[in-house]
Amino acid sequence: MAKSPRVIALNEVKKTVKRLSIEACTDLNKDVEEALVRAREKEESPVGRAIFDQLLKNADIARRQSIPICQDTGFAVLFLEIGQDVSFSGGYLEDAISEGVSEGYKEGYLRKSIIKNAYTNPENTGDNTPPIIHTRIVPGDRVKITMLPKGGGSENMSRVRMMKPADGMEGVRDFVVETVRDAGANPCPPILVGVGLGGTFDYVAYLAKKSLLRGIGERNPDPELARYETEWLKEINKLGIGPAGLGGTVTALDLFIETFGRHIASYPAAVNIQCHAARSKTAIL
Amino acid sequence: MVEKKVEAPLEEKTVENLKAGDGVLLSGVVYTARDAAHKRLFDLIEKKQKLPFDLSGSVIYYVGPSPAPPGRVIGAAGPTTSFRMDSYTPRLLMHGVKGMIGKGQRSDEVKEAMREYTAVYFGATGGAAALLSGSIVESEVIAFDDLGPEAIRRLVVKEMPLVVINDCWGNDLYIEGRRRWARE
Repeated sequence: MAKSPRVIALNEVKKTVKRLSIEACTDLNKDVEEALVRAREKEESPVGRAIFDQLLKNADIARRQSIPICQDTGFAVLFLEIGQDVSFSGGYLEDAISEGVSEGYKEGYLRKSIIKNAYTNPENTGDNTPPIIHTRIVPGDRVKITMLPKGGGSENMSRVRMMKPADGMEGVRDFVVETVRDAGANPCPPILVGVGLGGTFDYVAYLAKKSLLRGIGERNPDPELARYETEWLKEINKLGIGPAGLGGTVTALDLFIETFGRHIASYPAAVNIQCHAARSKTAIL
Repeated sequence: MVEKKVEAPLEEKTVENLKAGDGVLLSGVVYTARDAAHKRLFDLIEKKQKLPFDLSGSVIYYVGPSPAPPGRVIGAAGPTTSFRMDSYTPRLLMHGVKGMIGKGQRSDEVKEAMREYTAVYFGATGGAAALLSGSIVESEVIAFDDLGPEAIRRLVVKEMPLVVINDCWGNDLYIEGRRRWARE
């Protein structure tokens, strides 16, 4: 007989998304804060070090006073890993997520930054919905929910390029470095750089975003890709952009590469830039 | 970094004395405006209609704050990326705006207009929104309430920590800073 599914009430999903929305925006994860502390030591520019002091003080104020780290509390991007032995009760999953975002943004005094239709004059939805939802069905009977509020300033500096197979990894490196160079001070450096490689036009951008879920310092398990991550990060930190773009030796805190298979004719690459306010929170139900 | 105390609204002489790279503690009245508010201000100027505040000597802060929780003047309030306002900026400088607060590089047209009309561009640290919120002592929506976070607010700030990015003499801290620290 087939195993009966584990039932999860959607009210739990809603409450979890609400809590994660508020926590992500006000409580900077420890790995990011510790990376800022280490980067302050590495930064050679005195002005750059003063910027790090501001960022650390900012994270502390946000946490203690429960106010957002950054006023741009972003587009609500949710990643769900749903165990295939789970069944949901009490409505629809996407509605529950959307309601969680809505309640979190209202009750948490987070900024509502979403316009109803991309093509209309500004008419705000008033509750920061709709969220972007990425789901994967995985083995097991658990649901892992990660909320990643993504700010507009760094998202605007991100790029997708359909490269040629002949461009190879050198071509991708040049594309990544060029993207960061052109972004300059705009995306709030020191940044995190998410790189996607392979798949299709849409999937490569997803890979780049997904790479930002990794903790700082967490290398790709493939040793060759891990080496590229370290090398490209060094290249980026030679650009001189520095904290807040005022000049310095730390432009990026880390770089992550995620790959997938590719078509013989294609070599898609994507760079998703994340500001230093690299916010995310995860829960497992 | 030297920190100069500066009062807003800005006098021409004050602007002339500011140099790219100067640390500034800004006090006084500043107005918030970002994408949608800039478009409306621009349209009002085109139609020669009354503006919601006096542009002469004014400082505009590119910010869309998060809502104020109970007991606070304002929520988190850091700068947004300035280049999106570039197409509107020269016209506003022509009509008297003397200072802008934001983050990120400006277009050549804006830098030229800053020289022509004697204006200054201050950088606030992007993402340091909880910290910057602490230097805002008063906040009131004065126009375009329907725009929500993009409404125009009149803020009173006290010693807001800023850096001069572009002065009225054509200097650019982003370019100079990058040149100084680039390795190769």
